[in-house]
Amino acid sequence: MAKNKKLDIWKLMSIFVLVIYGLFLIYPLFMLLRQAIIGPDGFTFEYFMKFFSKQYYFETVFNSFKVSIAATLITLVIGVPLAYFYNMYELKGKTFLQVLIILCSMSAPFIGAYAWIQLLGRSGIVSQFIYSLFNFRLPSIYGFNGILLVLSLQLFPLVFLLVSGALKNIDNSLLEASKNMGCSGAKRFFTVTIPLCMPTILAATLLVFMRAFADFGTPLLIGEGYKTFPVTIYQAYLGEVGTDHSFGAAISVIAIVITALIFFAQRYANSKFQFTMNALHPVERKAIHGVKNVLVHLYCYIVVLVAFTPQLFVIYTSFQNTSGKLFVPGFSLDSYREAFDKVPNAIPNTFIIGIIALIFVIFLAIIIAYLVVRRSNRMNRAIDTLSMVPYIIPGSVVGIALVISFNKGPIVLTGTAVIMIIALIIRRIPYTIRSSVATLQQIPMSIEEAAISLGSSKMEAFFKVTVPMMKNGILSGAVLSWVTIITELSTAIILYNTKTITLTMSVYSYVSRGSYGIAAAFATILTVTTIISLFIFMKVTGSKEISL
Amino acid sequence: MDVNIRINHAVKRYGDNTIITDLSLDIREGEFFTLLGPSGCGKTTLLRMIAGFNSIEGGDFYFNENRINDVEPSKRNIGMVFQNYAIFPNLTVEKNVAFGLKNRKLEKNIIEEQTTKFLELMQIDEYRDRMPDRLSGGQQQRVALARALAITPDVLLMDEPLSNLDAKLRVEMRSVIKEIQNRIGITTVYVTHDQEEAMAVSDRIAIMNFGDIQHVGTPKDIYQRPANLFVSTFIGRTNVVEGELKNIDGKIMLVLPGGFVIDVPTLKEEERKERKVICSIRPEEFILEADATEGLKATVDQFIFLGLNTHYYVHFENGEKAEIIQESTIDNVINKGSEVYLRINTKKINVFKEDGSENLVTGVKNDYEDYKNGVSVGE
Repeated sequence: MAKNKKLDIWKLMSIFVLVIYGLFLIYPLFMLLRQAIIGPDGFTFEYFMKFFSKQYYFETVFNSFKVSIAATLITLVIGVPLAYFYNMYELKGKTFLQVLIILCSMSAPFIGAYAWIQLLGRSGIVSQFIYSLFNFRLPSIYGFNGILLVLSLQLFPLVFLLVSGALKNIDNSLLEASKNMGCSGAKRFFTVTIPLCMPTILAATLLVFMRAFADFGTPLLIGEGYKTFPVTIYQAYLGEVGTDHSFGAAISVIAIVITALIFFAQRYANSKFQFTMNALHPVERKAIHGVKNVLVHLYCYIVVLVAFTPQLFVIYTSFQNTSGKLFVPGFSLDSYREAFDKVPNAIPNTFIIGIIALIFVIFLAIIIAYLVVRRSNRMNRAIDTLSMVPYIIPGSVVGIALVISFNKGPIVLTGTAVIMIIALIIRRIPYTIRSSVATLQQIPMSIEEAAISLGSSKMEAFFKVTVPMMKNGILSGAVLSWVTIITELSTAIILYNTKTITLTMSVYSYVSRGSYGIAAAFATILTVTTIISLFIFMKVTGSKEISL
Repeated sequence: MDVNIRINHAVKRYGDNTIITDLSLDIREGEFFTLLGPSGCGKTTLLRMIAGFNSIEGGDFYFNENRINDVEPSKRNIGMVFQNYAIFPNLTVEKNVAFGLKNRKLEKNIIEEQTTKFLELMQIDEYRDRMPDRLSGGQQQRVALARALAITPDVLLMDEPLSNLDAKLRVEMRSVIKEIQNRIGITTVYVTHDQEEAMAVSDRIAIMNFGDIQHVGTPKDIYQRPANLFVSTFIGRTNVVEGELKNIDGKIMLVLPGGFVIDVPTLKEEERKERKVICSIRPEEFILEADATEGLKATVDQFIFLGLNTHYYVHFENGEKAEIIQESTIDNVINKGSEVYLRINTKKINVFKEDGSENLVTGVKNDYEDYKNGVSVGE
């Protein structure tokens, strides 16, 4: 019996995807490790020793853990009740709230940091105002407090979005049943609702922790003396005083080990909470009255408005007149004019690099989703795992690994837009893969088989029937990939040059030079781009909500 | 287009796990052929091998003279109806039905003509512009059937097409399917686990269990003369009663529990020897009369009046339980707790070897014996 041995098109696709990951993920990580353990005189642990022997370096790990854990807890404390109120009760202006929450999560964290510095910093508007009124100095915004404030307000929307998704999957009858058995109110929230959302809460915890741990724009701007781990990586690699690439590589390896450990710890915790939910009758929002109503509204609006303040402030200052680096009274479009003048290629770069990356992300994600869901074998499961690896590696590490691998040797890409695009694809594809996989799992195989039995080839069946059905799932991941692509800082800061500078990089470089007017103009353009992207997404998919 | 499907020594393996070891079949031109069996028996696997969605690890599959083992599913010219209908949710009813025709790059007016013809045949042309999510289950089923038939396939394959419908629609749709199949005369392979459904639609049925075929025959043959004990218990209801063949005064008689002796006239001559046997007595093959004084002694536990028939649940002296169906009578005097003597319609009952593997009475028609032994009946 002749077995069908010929290479079918999907097997070729598997190999193609594996080669891509091999070249742009495994090879760079390997080179990173090599750089960390091979010194001028061969194999050495010198760079690792340097890290562990100096309190200064070692402390940054503790600092990072401290601030990340604190930020994660605060986001849970803020985000879970917000999600609960939002999904259980009838709120006034809930679409407006949701849009603001999404926007909060979608700006680059360092923009929040610099806005808060201007509001609450040493010469911040709010701190000055309070001082002049009460002769009272607000506690310092720099260091631990500031990082915590910025990260919490930046990251709680992730908890909100994920937990909202879980709450929508809770069947109303579960809540009714518990009420029927005498469990209601706060007791029900803690004994029924929270445990039902536990897998999602754990997922959110991991996501927030990883983001907080890897973020370095925020501590760089607002941390001052409070050094975190990613800042050390960045400074070892690009710092103004004495860069040491091998040391940078060694710290990067340590970073990967730490995040991997956390990832597996979360996996283990998650395996204790394995169950599936599918709401036949989703919970309907209830109207509430009286004091409770007022308090719930107050809570939601205060949280969201405080979180959105930095962006409002940035938009406001982008229209302010400036004199040198100072804001002066009066409004104009001068900052925009200057921004366009000084970095004319920021907008085109952002879109060209972003759109090319997005096209590859969508194309690869569809293929990977198909391979993972429909062709589960060892090779494709390996692809699945590989594709999630960048999810747990800090962006600056990805950037450093790519530079080490492609600044000399057979393929030289450093300094080109190509390497930035590759970094973005590798880093931002997991969102689109996850959403595509989830959607494809919902689509029965028989739909494709029906198309094949009606004369379509396998490829036609997939692209003509299944992909259109996956459209909304693909897009919901793609919009996240897109927004994170255009707001990407951590790899870009290592890989960019003046030719490939993007909007986010422009914001960053003008913030660090103290030209807040121009930075605000760039940041506003970024925010508007994000809003338009979300708007287009909602129009195309007809969905009113974004889920993670 | 009359196509017969021949399968010689089919083998299906998943890894080291062999699902089908050696299976042969011959499905006749224009026949409505049903694969019937409990879940996990391999019936859907076999259907999907015919369709080309499952690989074939051994044996040969033929549509007439053409070996189809290596033919792409899209080139086999099959119409397939799936359990969940697999209607394209993003296309209208009309576009769903036209989908296969468009793949054949037919002329536009032919596509439209053919589409309309089948929409009308399935009585769904009023919904042609609707999206599938606005159709009921029965209507979706009609779309699926229209779509499968519109490409004028050589064979029609149906994988539990009615299992998602409610009981009433199921009965309605099975007569629709049967009628359409009759009218078009297309060779049809139908998979179901519902034996009543199989009896209602099929010309012939193959009873499957553990990846092997137990019996191939008409519904009547299978019901009345099942090839083995599994078939008799799977098709229709039956009471399994242990018995013994004994030589009584020079004649082989069947001794039932409690010592009740009957003569089974249909026993094969060559099997008439003393041995333990197992009997399958269907509920209607008992004769229950209140005034009978000899027979198989039983006590009535419960009776249920269902109009045409009355069902009695009884237990024998050895504790075994049985179900009896009798035509309802006006004067019913058999109450709960009554002791009764059951007589048996000896022409109808089936007697199997002690291990249930073979029927010992005459009249068993099992076409699978021929297929197994390589005699091709269809030609």
